[in-house]
Amino acid sequence: MIKDFASALRPSLAMTGLFAVVLCGLYPALITGVAQAAFPQAANGSLIERDGHVVGSALLGQGFASDRYFHGRPSAAGANGYDPTASSGSNLGPASQVLHDRIVKDLGAAKTSPRSSSPGSVPSDLVTASASGLDPHISPEAALFQIDRVAQARGIDPARVRLLVDAQVEKPLAGFLGEPRVNVLALNLALDAATAKGASSSQ
Amino acid sequence: MTFVGWTLILVFTALIALLAKPAGLWLFALYEGRRTPLHGVLGPVERGFYRVAGIDPAREQGWRTYALHMLMFQVVTTLFTYAILRAQAVLPLNPRGLAGVGADGSMNTAIAFVTNTNWQWYAGESVLSNFSQMVALTLHNFLSAATGIAVAFALFRGFARAQTKLLGNFWADLTRVTLYLLLPISIVYAVFLVASGVPQTFASTIDATTLEGVKQTIVVGPVASQEAIKMLGTNGGGFFNANSAHPFENPTALTNFVQMLSIFLLGAGLTWTFGKAVGNPRQGWAILAAMLTLFVAGASIAYWQEAASTPLLHGLGLSGGNLEGKEVRFGLAASALFSAVTTAASCGAVNAMHDSFTALGGLIPMFNMQLGEIVIGGVGSGIYGFLLFALLAVFIAGLMVGRTPEYVGKKIEAREVKLAVLAIAILPLCILGLSAIASVLPAGLAGPLNKGPHGFSEILYAFSSATANNGSAFAGLSAGTPFYNGLLGVGMWLGRFFIIIPVLAIAGSLAAKKHTPATAGSFPTTGPLWVGLLIGTILIIGGLTFLPSLALGPVADHVASASGKLF
Repeated sequence: MIKDFASALRPSLAMTGLFAVVLCGLYPALITGVAQAAFPQAANGSLIERDGHVVGSALLGQGFASDRYFHGRPSAAGANGYDPTASSGSNLGPASQVLHDRIVKDLGAAKTSPRSSSPGSVPSDLVTASASGLDPHISPEAALFQIDRVAQARGIDPARVRLLVDAQVEKPLAGFLGEPRVNVLALNLALDAATAKGASSSQ
Repeated sequence: MTFVGWTLILVFTALIALLAKPAGLWLFALYEGRRTPLHGVLGPVERGFYRVAGIDPAREQGWRTYALHMLMFQVVTTLFTYAILRAQAVLPLNPRGLAGVGADGSMNTAIAFVTNTNWQWYAGESVLSNFSQMVALTLHNFLSAATGIAVAFALFRGFARAQTKLLGNFWADLTRVTLYLLLPISIVYAVFLVASGVPQTFASTIDATTLEGVKQTIVVGPVASQEAIKMLGTNGGGFFNANSAHPFENPTALTNFVQMLSIFLLGAGLTWTFGKAVGNPRQGWAILAAMLTLFVAGASIAYWQEAASTPLLHGLGLSGGNLEGKEVRFGLAASALFSAVTTAASCGAVNAMHDSFTALGGLIPMFNMQLGEIVIGGVGSGIYGFLLFALLAVFIAGLMVGRTPEYVGKKIEAREVKLAVLAIAILPLCILGLSAIASVLPAGLAGPLNKGPHGFSEILYAFSSATANNGSAFAGLSAGTPFYNGLLGVGMWLGRFFIIIPVLAIAGSLAAKKHTPATAGSFPTTGPLWVGLLIGTILIIGGLTFLPSLALGPVADHVASASGKLF
């Protein structure tokens, strides 16, 4: 019996070491080499720079509170939301009092801000927390819902903001993969760029 | 529910049916030990491994030796991972200076990854260094998957061979599956993921300043290389806490679709391999038909429920389905489908938070796991788990007509049926027994985030996930305590090896038997009658056991919330 164990131990030890070298050393090193050479932008986190500073990642949402910006979804990542060191959903269940109270509060805030172009109810993605807490997207309806607030805060024509939103709408791939969506950070960057241009051309 | 949503579910299912044979052919070549086109490149590596480890790949093993070598390897790799996690603070690739992981947490994680469960009590981005992710965990993503396939191969040989004790060589099966199947696909897959936006770097964090001037610390790492094998090997342990919901793990609807396909690819392929191995591919197709029927039923219910949303959301005037805990880029259909795929297989990756699903939408993933993850199932574990039910089904059919049951040319007798029942019984024993313990002790009751029946659902889900080696969670449960780390570790270990060992014993017992040629009196195991009998056996034997516990959790949750009650 002891002989059987001993005969199993040597290959177990050796194979652990050998596989570790190939699967945990060579394999990730190979992928990292290829990735850094062929897709450096994606491999390093799809970072976005403005004026030489990293302002975020094209794939990650970030918190927006000001009326001048489009807002993303409620986030349960970290204490203040949108913390990439603590990705998480709320994990609140379908009959949770805490969930109910949170949505009531967010609905109240959404409804008191100025809006006229979207008389319907609040789009549900605007008051539900995403799975990652880092969802970079909102639905096109959720973007349209915020147009008047943003236009008013910036003192520009809502029709101009609407054009910016329309330009940012991404459609499902091949008609059935994914949902129509708007990347909030990309939209806000476009908004800043357009407003800055508008301001400088009017001077 | 939309036409587009149903299209997604149908296209996905059709693609799995189409991919089963090509994947099965490749697996069959490895099962037989045939030369593949990749031997030219990787053959020297394989031979080098054997030489260093002192293995003769042509020397086959009986079931006891096969099991002993397999188990010894699991124990050694468990300790390997435990040691790395404990020593994380002094190991390289840890620029953030993360501390070593505690004893109970390290042991739980080592067991979780060895058993292909990949239960995660921790948040990867804040607890583990790049070295721990890449070495301690990625190793098991490959090897636990390869171990599952090796055990399945041994069982196939038990059916295919006659009057022998030999079931193959564990080391040869393990090495061939890893080098000629898992590694090459992972390389291509990982590059595809990087091209789609998944990070792959040895750097750890980048500081950004958001448009509103807030500091945002972006965590990156060697994500793509881990993500590829995480899905392909039905491991499911995410680099990040949010798993495949995190935009860095699963950035687009296309990566999401490919991730779902890759969860099922090898499990579906193994059904074909089984049919081929026993000399009749229709035996494999019958199994796949039963699996896909159960799968589509589950996915459809989950999609229906998530689209129907909850009374809570309706009451607040919110339309458009239940989006709490879901990502906009995936939406309802792809989130519900993913939840069914990941729990039908033993993957456990999630692209939406199951804890926030509707009561009955969340019942589906739980029920899939409680059936033993045999609907496609984990790589290897799905097919050998399914074959246990097949043995039970022919036994029941044999009782009905009063003949000794046969399956694919082997008489199924008392020893095989006893062993199959032993393996099947471990699931209810652990899931219900351990859930009961956690539901009465203060240390267990401290865990749930949600109150009311949903809190019990969180506990039941955790032990279903652990014992069935899934790894997904109703993640509100605070499981990072010595109590849960210990108890869930027990569930994972028993749920893996107390099934594998009876399976290998059955393989040994079958291999020793003669082939029994089919006669006019044999029960045919290829037609619709057989598929129906299989589904019935799975639902009655596998499912019925759990109905009382499900009534206390998700069903009570549904009834209470339908009447407007909040907890």
